[in-house]
Amino acid sequence: MESNELIIEVENLAKRYGRTTAVNDVSFSVRRGEIVGLLGPNGAGKSTTMKILTGFQQASSGIVRICGIPVAARPMETKRRIGYMPENNPLPEDLRVREYLGWRARLKGLRGRRRRERIEAVLELCDLKRARRRIIGRLSKGYRQRVGIADAILAEPDLIIMDEPTIGLDPHQIVMIRRLIESIRGRMSMVISSHILPEIEMTCDRVLIINGGRIVAAGTPEELRHKFIDRTIYEVEIQGETDTLKGELASLNTALTLESHEPPNRDGYFVARVRAEGTEDWGEALIQTLGQHPGFRLRSLNRRQPTLEEVFLAATRRSWDTLLPERNGDVSREQRKPTMAREGR
Amino acid sequence: MGNFLTLLRNELRALLISPSTYIAAFLFLVIMGFVFQDLLAEFIRTESDTAPATDFIRLFWLPAFFLVPLFTMKSIAEERRLGTIETLMTTPVNSVEVVLSKFLAAYLYYMVLWASTLSFQYVLYTFAKEPSLLDTGPILGGYLFIALSGSLFIALGILASAVTRSQLVAGILGFALVFLTLVLGRYSVEITRHETEPSVLLDRLVDYVQIFQHGEDFTSGIIDSRPFVLYLTGTILLLFFAVVAVETRSSKT
Repeated sequence: MESNELIIEVENLAKRYGRTTAVNDVSFSVRRGEIVGLLGPNGAGKSTTMKILTGFQQASSGIVRICGIPVAARPMETKRRIGYMPENNPLPEDLRVREYLGWRARLKGLRGRRRRERIEAVLELCDLKRARRRIIGRLSKGYRQRVGIADAILAEPDLIIMDEPTIGLDPHQIVMIRRLIESIRGRMSMVISSHILPEIEMTCDRVLIINGGRIVAAGTPEELRHKFIDRTIYEVEIQGETDTLKGELASLNTALTLESHEPPNRDGYFVARVRAEGTEDWGEALIQTLGQHPGFRLRSLNRRQPTLEEVFLAATRRSWDTLLPERNGDVSREQRKPTMAREGR
Repeated sequence: MGNFLTLLRNELRALLISPSTYIAAFLFLVIMGFVFQDLLAEFIRTESDTAPATDFIRLFWLPAFFLVPLFTMKSIAEERRLGTIETLMTTPVNSVEVVLSKFLAAYLYYMVLWASTLSFQYVLYTFAKEPSLLDTGPILGGYLFIALSGSLFIALGILASAVTRSQLVAGILGFALVFLTLVLGRYSVEITRHETEPSVLLDRLVDYVQIFQHGEDFTSGIIDSRPFVLYLTGTILLLFFAVVAVETRSSKT
């Protein structure tokens, strides 16, 4: 992206708690200015990975470098370069917003005029100016979340790590947080975990999907779609016989099948979902064939973008299959999930 | 060092804005006030060779029992319960600074409360106009002893708070630790007396940890260097354990 300087380098990171393995052989890197989303089911190892990045937890094995500095050997230097907002955003209940930020700024080594300027800047950025005198324990969740973000960006660190920044917020507040993240984009690198997928898709340059402590997929949302979704769904609004449609699709190409269709509405049109295996684009062929066919009247054709959700489900499912190869097939997914959830914390 | 002062300032501010600080101070002063008055009444009734001020300081164990766990149970356990230990430890501070600031804040509070009991002596002196009542030697020795033993008790409480995330557990554990420290010394005397072959080393060891005896000595004006070593090294050792607890346990939650 902006530059090739690596802010985070993670090599073969592993974290074990007794016999359970929370993070297993994870490697990735983040460049300066990049926003990376960490996705994964609950207990997949997202929070653990983040805690190791911040130096709060020690890894069992592997190397983590922040701006080229190893976290395990020189934690004080890496901590200076990271702004971290933990899961659930813990804050002291009895301080005022301004007092809290003032204290945090001192801890992060900001002094004098720069300290005051930075506090004013983050209050402005996070829209907290009116709440500066309020006691944190009495703030609503949206405000608290913004206080947490304000603290994370306070010292203008090279890297911001936020664990579930949008959890428990209403849609308005989520949009607000997203704008906030957008306004920081480019200046600092960011690692965000979330399980609200549209969120990640909108804000992140790159996505890492973690499952069972391993990275099962990495890339831009677009790349992941290509990699994990090997079929396309076309939504066709059409008038005519469904049986003829099926036959027509089959004769056009064997890759095309009619997945489902809705009952026709009053004007006789209905929506049919055509499933195309493979990554080839069938849009033009479909318009040509169905448009010229005397038995049909085509009104619209829409290629449905697979959501990140589908990518996520496909990626995690695939990883479950590879993680549990000996039980392949006969164990239903519902039975497997709990065993996966137990790994983690 | 800069971080330590920042942390200490925050701890003191937390103490100042918390209502529980004032409630505990009120309780302490009420109880100690009644105790002092009772000692005075006793002093008038029966002629005693020790001044009431001396007897008062020999009751140091009373607030140590009920107040020290109250002061210290919140310090680290609360940070852990709220999760703020995570935001704290991910800034460039080390756990030594964190533990020391918690310790010093609680210790200063403890000492301020004890210092306020000096007013009792002052009130007594202004009304009694009896110089023998204000015998500065034992009083100075007594408060020095309070300061020394206080550091050990507060360190015990901080250690108790560092090993758990529940304030209740921290409080009970702190109480138990202070209780054991006070009582074990006293009863180990009994135990060694029943030994058939008294060992000199054990006897000396037991003599060394007699906290009550130290109290008597200091209030009689006997200021020995050995108790200094005992309390200071004990405090340092306990705080070191607390630092270890913060470092290892924070990485497991």
